[in-house]
Amino acid sequence: MKLPFRGAVDCDIHPAPPPMSALLPFMSDYWSDQLQNRYIDKFGFTLTSHNPLLAIHGRPDWRPKTGTPGSDIDVLRAQALDDFGSAFAICNVLHGATTLFHGDMAAAILGALNDWLAKELLPRDRRLRGSISVTLQDPKLAVAEIERCADNQDFVQVLLPALGELPIGRRLYWPVFEAAQRAGLPICLHAGSLYRQAPMGNGWPSYFVEDYVTQATAFEGALVSLLAEGVFRKFPDLTFVLAESGVTWLPQFVWRQDKMWLGVRTELPWIDRVPREIIRERVRMTLQPFDAPSDARVIQRIVEHFESDDILLFSTDYPHWHFDGDDVVPDGFTSELIRKIAIDNPYATYARLPRPVAPARNRTEVSA
Amino acid sequence: MKRYVVAAVPEIPPGTHKIIEVSGREVGVFNVNGAFYALLNRCPHGGAALCKGTVVGLVRPGGVGEYELIRKGEFLRCPWHGWEFEISSGQSYCDPTKVKARKFDVAVERGDDLVKGPYVAETYNVAIENDYVVLTL
Repeated sequence: MKLPFRGAVDCDIHPAPPPMSALLPFMSDYWSDQLQNRYIDKFGFTLTSHNPLLAIHGRPDWRPKTGTPGSDIDVLRAQALDDFGSAFAICNVLHGATTLFHGDMAAAILGALNDWLAKELLPRDRRLRGSISVTLQDPKLAVAEIERCADNQDFVQVLLPALGELPIGRRLYWPVFEAAQRAGLPICLHAGSLYRQAPMGNGWPSYFVEDYVTQATAFEGALVSLLAEGVFRKFPDLTFVLAESGVTWLPQFVWRQDKMWLGVRTELPWIDRVPREIIRERVRMTLQPFDAPSDARVIQRIVEHFESDDILLFSTDYPHWHFDGDDVVPDGFTSELIRKIAIDNPYATYARLPRPVAPARNRTEVSA
Repeated sequence: MKRYVVAAVPEIPPGTHKIIEVSGREVGVFNVNGAFYALLNRCPHGGAALCKGTVVGLVRPGGVGEYELIRKGEFLRCPWHGWEFEISSGQSYCDPTKVKARKFDVAVERGDDLVKGPYVAETYNVAIENDYVVLTL
């Protein structure tokens, strides 16, 4: 169904990463020279799992006349912002440099990407907000990048792929979590992999579909790692946002997690309450894609299994193709739930978003 | 309520326990640091033979990366799902509001008191000079 009001916060949209030529001006002379002399600036830096040529990564009516989906700011403004009446949209720019083995080069390119976002893209429309892209190969570099960008209030979170080099909860990464918490920035784990390990536990997939389908297990792995390693306990003010996770796997994960924890909880003396309570407080999930049948009654039951209206954050996942027209909300969501996920939850999650004083108006009132 | 002489004290030294059948019921009699306790050999959670589980300590809730075992030997871990019960009280430390192991009164009495009765001692010849473990069911 459609959003019944204007003023939603879209918590996951994807402007296309710019060509490397647009990032070179934001790099040091050394890196600009290196990338050009080694012709690295001619590479596409396209993520295997995020190929803009594939249909799923660009809805047919959301593809600009030229360029890749999400590359034309005017088209993006009209389709992602105006058409859904969004008050804000959070830009997760997925750049292939995240996967580089050369940690310093990755940091140089992602640093330039963050500057390009702050200086070129976000100022084009005041409804746009950004995510700080970092690489975790050297956590010190990630901390420095978060601290460098954090003063810019247009950045509202830190962006990481769901599948990195190691389970995300490891202590090696804690300085990054500490920096994010200090800056008041949630950590967004977005669907995607560095492909350091097979995305499926049983080996490398042959087909794209295997990779896409098993992304939900990548999020489960990330979540159980954060729980077990004690990240939620260690960083009590840090929120984790799971973006493009598919959403509906969470209830079964929580049931299994709670059951297993009861039996083996002496492994983890720092988990002092049922994990579902921790997840409800500390984990948020973006709405699209929403893995469920279209039957409203089934969707209502799935929503009940979440036992909380606080977890979901509205998202279109523009320009990815998960729904047609503007039927962005699954049938069966109540109007109260829609208001929660589109207004209340995003503003509660992202303290840096200035919440309008007046309540969002109903669409029918606007047109009357 | 009947009282049963179930063992002579030296048969259950500190840190050990003995499962006995009394009046059709299996009961575990535990010696925790010299004090005797008795629990029904049935886990209130799933029905396992609770007293065949391992006698353990309690993992103290702590900060991340902090591991400490306290009250060693005072808890019983069910062999099926690993839930712990405090031997002295039957209290569950896993699901304290819903689950409690059945506890029985047990005492140590001198033989010269016991011979005055009443008690049931099918297998024990009570000697006046010894101490015995007496279970009340």
